[in-house]
Amino acid sequence: MDKLVNTIERLGGVNLLPVALAAVAFVLIGAPSSWVTLTVAGLAMGMMIFLMASGLSLVFGLMNVLNFGHSAFVSFGAFVAASVLAGLSGWLSGDSIMLGALALFLAVAAAMLFGLVAGWFFETVIIRPVYEDHLRQILITMGALIVAEQIILAVWGGTPMSVPRPGFLEGALIIGDVAIETYRIFAFVLGLAVYIALYAVLNGTRIGLLIRAGVESREMVEALGFRIDRLFIGVFMLGSALAAMGGAMWAGYVTLISPALGGEIMIIVFIVVIIGGLGSIEGTLLGAIMVGLVGNYVGFLAPKLALASNMILMMAILMWRPSGLRPAIK
Amino acid sequence: MTAPASGKRQRSPGEKAIRLIVLAIAALLLFAPFLFQDIRSLEVAARLCVFIVLVASYDLLIGYTGIVSFAHTMFFGFGAYGVAIALRQWGAGWDAVIGGSLAGVVVSLAVAVVIGLLSLRVKAIFFAMITLAAASVVLVLASQLSGLTGGEDGITFRTPALFKTATKLLVDENNKVVQLFGVKLNGKLAAYYFVFLSCLVLFILMLRLVGSPLGTVLKSIRENEARAEAIGYRVVAYRTFVFCAAAVVASLAGSIYAIWLKYTGPDTTLSFAIMIDILLMVVIGGMGTLWGAAIGAVLLVTAQYYLRDLMGVAAEATANLPLIPDILDPDRWLFWLGIIFILLVYFFPAGIAGSIMRPRAPRRACE
Repeated sequence: MDKLVNTIERLGGVNLLPVALAAVAFVLIGAPSSWVTLTVAGLAMGMMIFLMASGLSLVFGLMNVLNFGHSAFVSFGAFVAASVLAGLSGWLSGDSIMLGALALFLAVAAAMLFGLVAGWFFETVIIRPVYEDHLRQILITMGALIVAEQIILAVWGGTPMSVPRPGFLEGALIIGDVAIETYRIFAFVLGLAVYIALYAVLNGTRIGLLIRAGVESREMVEALGFRIDRLFIGVFMLGSALAAMGGAMWAGYVTLISPALGGEIMIIVFIVVIIGGLGSIEGTLLGAIMVGLVGNYVGFLAPKLALASNMILMMAILMWRPSGLRPAIK
Repeated sequence: MTAPASGKRQRSPGEKAIRLIVLAIAALLLFAPFLFQDIRSLEVAARLCVFIVLVASYDLLIGYTGIVSFAHTMFFGFGAYGVAIALRQWGAGWDAVIGGSLAGVVVSLAVAVVIGLLSLRVKAIFFAMITLAAASVVLVLASQLSGLTGGEDGITFRTPALFKTATKLLVDENNKVVQLFGVKLNGKLAAYYFVFLSCLVLFILMLRLVGSPLGTVLKSIRENEARAEAIGYRVVAYRTFVFCAAAVVASLAGSIYAIWLKYTGPDTTLSFAIMIDILLMVVIGGMGTLWGAAIGAVLLVTAQYYLRDLMGVAAEATANLPLIPDILDPDRWLFWLGIIFILLVYFFPAGIAGSIMRPRAPRRACE
């Protein structure tokens, strides 16, 4: 038994959970082609959720600030990107891949820019006065979420908005009898690229070193003379921009967005950071992929259970590891 | 209403003022059917009674113990759906009312114990997130399991004959309903007083709870959890207890509201908008005083019913100006409430009741 545990630890420990999950699902589903489709969909969904959740997790880890208004960035990102894409729909409908890619790039960039600015505003105006006071943080960020949702309603209206996709991301890739939507591959690749970039920054640069040190012990970093509050604004803005990017990707994925989007996403994002352990991006990635895979597998195997599946997953993991799968060391 | 047993401590003028205000509210609600003789006002009064209890029970959590839960509407909904389903299945009898309420209470209690024991050990922030997730799952379930809950449409049902508007409580020699001060003594009146009295009993029970030694322990947990633990109180047990107590009261409030409305649906009981209303009421009224909960509920419910009308008028009056009518649109009233909410949390974390009671040194919000 001990030997088995050791072997599993050496192979990656909890990181193997998604693999185990996929293996179990393969047996249960039976048909390899549907399994591949579901797995790719789950991974793509997980990557988009990772984009949205990573900022929340880092902000909490670094400054002990939980932002209940985080999902507002996601919805704003989705709507800003959708507006840009709708404005450039002439570029999208053409055959030119260049123009389509440019429009998509502009949309995501606009969403991220909006996320940066909104994040800066949010941090300085809303959250700065209530550091170190969890109850008021929860209340104030909740209030900000209400206001943000109302602004979205006022600007974009209450009716669902359809999101045009660039032509080259439409359709599916067919390998044998397996069909994979192109957009899913794109979402997965983009998410992976962001994860690798984040990982490289956090583990390879001096700023990343400071952030990781700040997560572990804020006081110590401050005592050594670093301005951790500036660092924090930076992380907060980056997190908001990533959330907006995730929102933009999500808008392209579901192609029909409504102002209720933020509320739906918020629950998933919370479940992801709780499962992953607050404060670490590795944990967030793990949690996001787990949630994405479970959501897709259960949706196929037992559609009735799909709604509660994330909740059950969270309960199970919290009973096993009360502080998440891979929490940052505190 | 009796004051909580606070010994021989002298009460400050502010405290007396708050008590007077709440007594005045109670008196207004008691005579509401006679003072405001239109149907809409009676709706407002009944909603007020229920929300005072609901908000006060939430205050037990957030104000007295420092627990932030987003699942309070879930318990409210359990009670409402319990009564609704029982009345629809068993017909309009008192057995269904009692059985349904009890079923709601039992379900609420079970869920509260599970959530409490599982997650009250963790940080406040985790707890808030977990309750939010649980509440959203229940909301989705309620709209999906349409066979049991009527889905998005909810359940319309008949209440016991006593509460029907056509029921005559007292008849004169011509077999017409007796009028008292111009008010017909019919079933609607009986229903209102049923709501009023049940809510009064629940509110007094809660006042008794926070005035008891148990209430003192809860406050000590809020102020300094580590010290309360060190003195020898089992913090998790107390927290779980108060979470369950609040859940039971919320569930009963839900049952009462369902009987009054003769309808239960996701929008009237489970929706996230109601949770936000409750939060706003607690914060506006003042956390940590049940009196404040009553004041907050009165302010916000009246605002909900009448401020929207006012905003509509203002929007029409400014219709020619750019942008202003959009912001003043009655649908945007949550926007203003949100801003007021944020400002209140910044500048008056103690809320109305707290600011009046302790004008000099506003108590810092807990944690």
